[in-house]
Amino acid sequence: MDRKVVVTGMGIISPIGMTLKDYKENLFNGVSGVGRIQAFDPSGIASQIAGEVKDFDLRKFAPEFKVTEVRRIDRFAQFAIAASLLAYKDSGLDINREDPYRIGTVIASGIGGIITLEEEIRKMVEKGPSRVSPFLTAKMIPNMATAWVSMKLGLKGYASCPVTACASGGTAIGEAMEVIKRGDADVIFAGGSEAAITPIGVAGFAAARALSTRNDEPEKASRPFDKNRDGFVMGEGAGVLVLEEYEHAKKRGARIYGEVVSFAQTDDAYHVTAPEPNGDARKKVMEFALKKGNVPIDEVDYINAHGTSTSLNDKIETEAIKAVFGDRAYSIPVSSTKSMVGHLLGAAGAVEAVATLLIIKEDFIHPTINYEEKDPDCDLDYVPNIGRNQKVRYALSNSFGFGGVNTSLIFKKI
Amino acid sequence: MTREEVLEKFRAIFEERTGINEFKEEDKFIDDLGLDSLGIMDVVAGIEEEFDISVPDEDIGKLTTVKSAIEYILEKVK
Repeated sequence: MDRKVVVTGMGIISPIGMTLKDYKENLFNGVSGVGRIQAFDPSGIASQIAGEVKDFDLRKFAPEFKVTEVRRIDRFAQFAIAASLLAYKDSGLDINREDPYRIGTVIASGIGGIITLEEEIRKMVEKGPSRVSPFLTAKMIPNMATAWVSMKLGLKGYASCPVTACASGGTAIGEAMEVIKRGDADVIFAGGSEAAITPIGVAGFAAARALSTRNDEPEKASRPFDKNRDGFVMGEGAGVLVLEEYEHAKKRGARIYGEVVSFAQTDDAYHVTAPEPNGDARKKVMEFALKKGNVPIDEVDYINAHGTSTSLNDKIETEAIKAVFGDRAYSIPVSSTKSMVGHLLGAAGAVEAVATLLIIKEDFIHPTINYEEKDPDCDLDYVPNIGRNQKVRYALSNSFGFGGVNTSLIFKKI
Repeated sequence: MTREEVLEKFRAIFEERTGINEFKEEDKFIDDLGLDSLGIMDVVAGIEEEFDISVPDEDIGKLTTVKSAIEYILEKVK
């Protein structure tokens, strides 16, 4: 019999909350977490705004860490540890009563420890290579979020860190689901983590003209599908889901947020950053996910869009949704979590999965904020500015990344 | 530089890099103070910076205890 995968715990570190309750309330009420960058002085960079996680202190989540130990962990991995501990607590799981080799970790990051890398390069240039920290490599490589979570919780099963740029969070959850389905694990801590709001991180995206320059109105800058959108806004944080085999979850009486039904991944094979103009690989990824999960198309009640607020993404994603769903596309609410938290890059798919599962659980669809003027190229129901009550049976969540990677995840009410 | 001066500077570097501010001179870095290999490298980097000396790879094995580190530094700065 096919193994079913459900979500039994979630943890979030985001610009609009570090508890599920705060995250949910702010999402449902359309609160923006974007502001002028505080982590450093962004003057001189075209985009000076971001969705930052403020007042984060790992020791509030894990007091047993010593200050000097925390210094050995890059911010992106610290986010992942905190989100995983929250997810663990939320799941009610007792790892001490489980076989540690049946529990795994798949926490993605698009970039890894770029804050550390930038600091150490500066030291090397200014003071010479002998001043480079011995912790550099162990802090910056992208699989360190997975490594720290495994160490912290004692998870000795499947471990991985998929890197698919802004689709990484989606890939991680999809990969974890497949690993459980095929029988190689019973539980996996899956998600994504990113902390790239650093001068070199922001300057790189700004140079590519990918970012919004609406510096005078930060909270209005992330405006997916709106006619006057002018680029995405960087965000940081982590989302971690406890994925669990259904019978395993049932046996211990776990609370279930929803089922992870299906996952698909395709590639544009077109351009390093720009999406394929006809959106074919995006259309295909949604179709593959629907088909693989035997999902009745008329029971898809919500789409959590990739919705970045860039001119091209939002237009082509809209076209792809219409190509998949036909006339029904116009009656499916489509909203973008990024309108509130910004674009969390490799963590985006994960924090958006948390949002989607909260939507399924509560039968309330969060809005796309800052939607003011209709773009003729984007003519779907984007749940403008105000959320709404609506029953959600199946929900589809898209994440697309540089390199042309496309992922679709489908969740189901259970 | 006197032994006391070296010890005082070492104490500051050691606390900054490891968070440990209480130790005896005969304490072993790994067995008694709980450092790992990377932790020792970090302390060595601090020593190199503070005392403006270089510690070649083949000497790192000599620095096993606080006392051996102090004596190594004293020898180098002489």
